[in-house]
Amino acid sequence: MIGDVTLLEFLSLGRPVEGHRPWPRFVLDQKGWRLLIDRLRVAEWSVMAEWAEREHIHVALRDESAGDIAVASHHCADRRFLALGNVRPGVIRIERAIHDVWGLAPVGLEDKRHWVDHGRWPARMPLAAQPMGPSAEPDAYPFLTAVGEGLHQIPVGPVHAGVIEPGHFRFHCQGEAVVRLEQRLGYVHKGIEGLLSGAPLDKAARVVGRVSGDSTVAYALAFARAVEAATGCEVPVRAHWLRGVMAEMERVANHVFDIGAACNDASFAVMLSHMGVLREKILRANDALFGHRLNMDRVVPGGVSHDLSDEGSEALKHLLHGFVRQFEEAYQLYENTPSLSDRTVSTGIVQTSLIHRFGAGGFVGRASGRGHDARQAPGYPPYDKLDMTVPVLTEGDVNARILIRFAEARESLHLINRMLHEMPDGATRVPVPEVAGEGLGVAESFRGEVVVWLRIGADGVIERCHPHDPSRFQWPLLEAAIEGNIVADFPLCNKSFNCSYSGHDL
Amino acid sequence: MIPPIAKILARHLLKGPHTMKDAPRPDPGGVAELAEALGQRARARLGRSLSIREVDAGSCNGCELEIHAVNQPVYDLERFGIRFVASPRHADVLLVTGPVTRNMEEALRRTVEATPEPRWIVAMGDCARDGGCFAGSYAVVGGVGDVVPVDLHIPGCPPSPRQILAGLLALLDTVEGK
Repeated sequence: MIGDVTLLEFLSLGRPVEGHRPWPRFVLDQKGWRLLIDRLRVAEWSVMAEWAEREHIHVALRDESAGDIAVASHHCADRRFLALGNVRPGVIRIERAIHDVWGLAPVGLEDKRHWVDHGRWPARMPLAAQPMGPSAEPDAYPFLTAVGEGLHQIPVGPVHAGVIEPGHFRFHCQGEAVVRLEQRLGYVHKGIEGLLSGAPLDKAARVVGRVSGDSTVAYALAFARAVEAATGCEVPVRAHWLRGVMAEMERVANHVFDIGAACNDASFAVMLSHMGVLREKILRANDALFGHRLNMDRVVPGGVSHDLSDEGSEALKHLLHGFVRQFEEAYQLYENTPSLSDRTVSTGIVQTSLIHRFGAGGFVGRASGRGHDARQAPGYPPYDKLDMTVPVLTEGDVNARILIRFAEARESLHLINRMLHEMPDGATRVPVPEVAGEGLGVAESFRGEVVVWLRIGADGVIERCHPHDPSRFQWPLLEAAIEGNIVADFPLCNKSFNCSYSGHDL
Repeated sequence: MIPPIAKILARHLLKGPHTMKDAPRPDPGGVAELAEALGQRARARLGRSLSIREVDAGSCNGCELEIHAVNQPVYDLERFGIRFVASPRHADVLLVTGPVTRNMEEALRRTVEATPEPRWIVAMGDCARDGGCFAGSYAVVGGVGDVVPVDLHIPGCPPSPRQILAGLLALLDTVEGK
């Protein structure tokens, strides 16, 4: 048995790949990949993302104790690879999707059902070296069963009652209590990885910025950081700070509105109205300062597309002043409404052990004791120059997730204010050099860690790019959260997670 | 201690809703006038109100965010009798977002079939016109018009609340006699 081997020590048994930045990549042979899986059974190494190419499987790992990040790759000559899903259950659906899209078979995975392929594409395994012919008719999906007296099923979706994204939920219930929830996703699979291969940088940036529209700044940021790492592009300092302002504006806008929407799902509509007004203030400020309400396409490889004038900065400071007051009013309202607490406290609990097993981040993780935040680890500018606290609770219920979001939004408002006061002068954008390379970019979205991996050819065209959404590790936990709760609490639990369908389905 | 809810309710009773007083900037695009005109036309055409069912056929969820915005107090679409409903069976208008993915194509068709006549289909956002930046993918059929007949397209990525209001107004202008 090996002693306390760090991730980097372990991966050094593989062959390092030149030109992968800022963290190393190692190619493991068959034996090395098997050893990695054995090691993952005991090591505190989290999976950040897993993705495939035609003949390769890649996994980005983080050593939780040493803090190192590295990518492990494996050449699957026979189009099969030993599945990581048995030791990291969070990637089971990812590996099912890899089989659907790339045709690489995860060996050892018990769940062999298709995931994002519903049997409706013009080809099966569309991105494999040799795609297979289309399915004669759409697949029937064999849902897991629950057996017992008085059990009934409730099918919901893909078209839901609210203004939300499409997905199917299959409930098995006994009376009001949910015995089992199973999700079926993939309805908004757009083939984004296929679109990105061969795309010029500007087109790819546009597409990655639309993997999940509510996290567009975080995606654009992770993509830009990956490109800049791959090409060795040095971004001007001011651009980092402007990116920080945009990212925190996005976080605040999403947190406040989702808090309102979650309360609305507990029939407390006044919070939604209050938060809707607050969200609108942020979106209008975005529009006035950067020219887009959601700041889409504002973070670009090499910097940012729009500078912030002194006048704009002052206007934003002024806006924040009033905003904070109304935000705290909402917090008081939340904390002092017993009928609302009655719905949110002890509802939809996710155990800390599950959070760790699935490696879930964001407010879902932080409400159940997993305090990881990409702004701190690995960390990136401008946060390395700013003190910030990451709130963590352990209750893991709807209430905890809402309280974490209040605390994060409060912290973000504080950060924006500091960034505006301390923002350095200078250029905001530099050209990206046209060189080949591989890069990994990480950014903390309001949901958690967005990871983008890419390889750029010498002609400046994306050869392969994979964007990873934090929802991928959170969706399965929603199934656990609702178990034993009543059906009527599902919207509340679902909104307290607010996972991205589009980001998950890719 | 006075409960926070009492403070908020009292303030709104005394000062009026956000819709009237609390827009962060004065209305540069005449949102209020637009919404008013929209309400009058909806009443003239439909006699009562306009019910909208939203269908996400593959969007990135950006369009959904702006649909939420028009429902919030600042724009408050519902004061003009235009509201979002939970079922296509209650709807006059289907507001469809996103490129239509192959996995959503049948669901979209079925939703249209479940909507009683007369019905109008509005494609919202640049993706809904022709697939936008997702066009050409194996998993995408194309725009909404490639799957179901479209009465109107609202441009934008995503369309702003003002563009959404203007689009619904244009719909009411063009659908006379249907």
